[in-house]
Amino acid sequence: MLDTPPFPAGHGAQIRAVQIRARDWGWRHAGRHSQAVSGLDLQVTPGERVLLLGASGAGKSTLMHALAGVLGDAEDGDETGSLLIDGRRAAEARGRVGLVLQDPDSQVVLARVGDDVAFGCENLAVPRAEIWPRVRQALAEVGLDLPLDHPTSSLSGGQKQRLALAGVLAMRPGLLLLDEPTANLDPTGVIEVRDAVVRSLDHSGATFVVIEHRVEVWQDVVDRVIVLDPAGGVLADGPTREILSKQGERLAQAGVWVPALPPRFPTRSPITPAQTLLRAEGLAVGRVPFGRRAASVVAAGITLNLRAGTATVVTGPNGAGKSTLALTLAGLLKPAGGTLQASDTFAAGIVSEPHRWRSQQLLTRIGTVFQDPEHQFLAATVRADLQIGPRALGLSQAEQNSRVDELMHRLRLDHLADANPFTLSGGEKRRMSVATVLATRPRLLVLDEPTFGQDSRTWQELVTLLAELLDEGIALVAVTHDAQFVNALADEEYRLGMPDPIRLGTGAP
Amino acid sequence: MSLLTPTIRPSVVARLNPVAKLAVALIVSCALLLSIDWVSAGVALLLEAGLLLWCGLSARQFWLRTAPVWIAAPMAMITTVLYGEDSGALLWQFGFISVTEGSAQLGLAIGLRVLAIGLPGIVLLATTDPTDLADGLAQVLRLPARFVLGGLAGLRLVGMFIEDWHSLTLARRARGVGDGGGLRGAARRFFGPAFSLLVISVRRGSKLATAMEARGFGSDEPRTWARPSRVRAADAVLVGIGFAIAGIAIGVAVWAETWSFILA
Amino acid sequence: MHATTTSSHRSTRQASTAKKPRNFRWRVVDIVVASVIGVASGVIFWAWGLAWSPLSAILAFTPGLEGLLAGGWLFAGVLGGLIIRKPGAAVYTEVVAAVVSMLIGTQWGFSTLIWGVVEGLGAEIVLALFLYSNWRLGVALLAGAGAGVAVGLLDTTFTSYAALDFGYKVVYFVSAVVSGTVLAGLLSWLAVRGLARTGALSRFAAGREGSRAPSAAIS
Repeated sequence: MLDTPPFPAGHGAQIRAVQIRARDWGWRHAGRHSQAVSGLDLQVTPGERVLLLGASGAGKSTLMHALAGVLGDAEDGDETGSLLIDGRRAAEARGRVGLVLQDPDSQVVLARVGDDVAFGCENLAVPRAEIWPRVRQALAEVGLDLPLDHPTSSLSGGQKQRLALAGVLAMRPGLLLLDEPTANLDPTGVIEVRDAVVRSLDHSGATFVVIEHRVEVWQDVVDRVIVLDPAGGVLADGPTREILSKQGERLAQAGVWVPALPPRFPTRSPITPAQTLLRAEGLAVGRVPFGRRAASVVAAGITLNLRAGTATVVTGPNGAGKSTLALTLAGLLKPAGGTLQASDTFAAGIVSEPHRWRSQQLLTRIGTVFQDPEHQFLAATVRADLQIGPRALGLSQAEQNSRVDELMHRLRLDHLADANPFTLSGGEKRRMSVATVLATRPRLLVLDEPTFGQDSRTWQELVTLLAELLDEGIALVAVTHDAQFVNALADEEYRLGMPDPIRLGTGAP
Repeated sequence: MSLLTPTIRPSVVARLNPVAKLAVALIVSCALLLSIDWVSAGVALLLEAGLLLWCGLSARQFWLRTAPVWIAAPMAMITTVLYGEDSGALLWQFGFISVTEGSAQLGLAIGLRVLAIGLPGIVLLATTDPTDLADGLAQVLRLPARFVLGGLAGLRLVGMFIEDWHSLTLARRARGVGDGGGLRGAARRFFGPAFSLLVISVRRGSKLATAMEARGFGSDEPRTWARPSRVRAADAVLVGIGFAIAGIAIGVAVWAETWSFILA
Repeated sequence: MHATTTSSHRSTRQASTAKKPRNFRWRVVDIVVASVIGVASGVIFWAWGLAWSPLSAILAFTPGLEGLLAGGWLFAGVLGGLIIRKPGAAVYTEVVAAVVSMLIGTQWGFSTLIWGVVEGLGAEIVLALFLYSNWRLGVALLAGAGAGVAVGLLDTTFTSYAALDFGYKVVYFVSAVVSGTVLAGLLSWLAVRGLARTGALSRFAAGREGSRAPSAAIS
């Protein structure tokens, strides 16, 4: 079964791959009524590479946290059955297990790259003389060629994830756990992290378990797939290909991106003629840094037309200024140069520069969906939050209610009307953030990475909804890294970061 | 310049152990807090000025970082001159405001004291890297490592606050509540994002805690330190200088008979 | 969303309300979240310090009433104490906040640290008097008042306010207590209640009671 021997000769064979054994194991988080995981029976042999799948709420992350021994004690929840790492309780197997989590920003512990990697070794009481060679080796293994005193705050998302991986590898764990390590990364970052993991596994032979709903990233790396059942225990378990073909439909239903079942692209019925709403000419964008007067320009010379019923996507590498461009087009940032002008029909009687519009005037003209939905939430319940826009417009109470009810129904948020927006799941948050914007019926939608980290089901719903909106004549501009999104919706693609920005008229597919 | 990885120019002061710097500033502050008189504050300020010359801060950095003190000192001075405990000849009166020889002298003392307490603290900290300070607190002072490192990790998250705040304000504009509303609207525009920021940071903190535990942090087992924090002879000299400044300031004030013990 | 399990062979209904042995040892998450709150508060302390100069200059014409501004430096301890619910949380959070504002640079230099310790103790003593087991609004207000008493005593003894006439000192002391009660006590209590509703405190006892846990809606 093993691709590589578990005891490589290369580095003194210090790493012993770990065995996992669960017997009727379960966990209930403190304060919850239902079990996060229950009745789990499982065995993973040393050196195996496992992809862990399951619907949202099946307890995948809980299991990962338990394996890493970070689930906590009786204060955090109740444990049943047994979960053993090499025959010992997981919480006692300190240093044998390394865990990398999803969010790059909340895993960096210290301010300098070298110190951060050394952190785990220090906690395991590795002698100082041995720490720094381990740090250098781990950084080399993940391909981070940076000075040890490089500030961690200046790293990109992909680099931060590789840094977290290096910090874990320096501990020389026998079990490597990754909990959606690439969900928040752009495609380049995903490949960087994946390759770093494969390199280190080939080297160490450690046991490996990964959670990831984008199956294609890991399917050639793992040799076994385990699907957890939300009702408790294991739903399916076996070789990668077999499980993916047998359980494909069911997994796709649960939001897993199964490579054999690509998403459906919506059919569009474009409106004609496409009237221009907003025109940028020689536009330069940038932000005013904290405590400065002048903006520092990140992209310049941008010329584009945003037309009704037309989807424009902005692509390009990290740091090219895509988000800044989106915020500028949305009338939230002042252009750093050039012009950005609304057509007379779009401005409808007010000045033509969007950044000079009042906040309330933006509502019916431009709606912005932020990359992080949480940044948009204002009220304590979903319903109250959706009402904020219509109320700011001064609509009647009846009209407010009917708009909100219709939107909650359309975006499947009805059952969450009284929930606090912050407690929603990732997909629900995304739908909610789109709903808040649609409530005031803007004619132009600006979306910043709308499909980032979404499961296949949310993705499908979102793309279908946006296609409907386009057919209704709404103009759309989206910043994205998602090639499938571009293929599904884009009428025009604008690439930033080229020496001279070029416009590609790809046309509707 | 970033708070967490400050650009610190190599200098005598920058190489000192942060714990020694902490000790000096504490010694001087405590000594000066014991009395309100212009002699002890003035003497301490003069002696500190000599020390500040080799702190390694550029003139721009120095004025930028110490600006709050230069604003606060005259402010405290004026308040005391106007409302301070009156004694001696009456110099000027307007309603319940009265300026006397006594209150004018107190004002001078307070102004000097704010400078003498404020300046060394800021300057010594501006030349200290937080990571080195944490190393010193845990290794030299033997403060519990879990708390020192937990605090240091929490400090790192501040760097993200500014970015978050920016997004939160823009989002409010996009959602139609970014302007207007008078005083209530303004209060909402402050407390709204502030609350969101609190939610986001508590979440991030919880995740960071998990990530730290996953790297073996938090048990009672002994840990090693990749960066040793050592106390050298120069550090002892610095602490000695601190005691000397405190002693001389108090001594001169007692000799000049201006020393007025605060609890007396 | 957590689906209800079909295999929940053991009844877990009463578990969430069942009394557990009190654990006063700080978990890593307690330390880190207390630190984060402390750090965030420290930034606000610093900003408050900047705003304080002009504000106190205005209030200076009503001497003693500057005490009303003191609450801006007192909320960190109460907030930390109410969220973490462990001995020392109020002192720790307030001290971290003080140190951070000091790192950024305040006109009070190292005395900021001493003030932080004493203000934190003011709130901590109140929480301790209630044996770290009562977290209602009344206790939060008292804790804020406790911090106000601490800062009132400190300021009127060791700062420039020590030079004020006795009457002004009394005004200052009372204003500081009022300010602590409202700005530190009431606001912190409201913030904790709001935080609990967002689910951000799911790993803390403070977030589990009173909030509607997502799974509770199902079962």
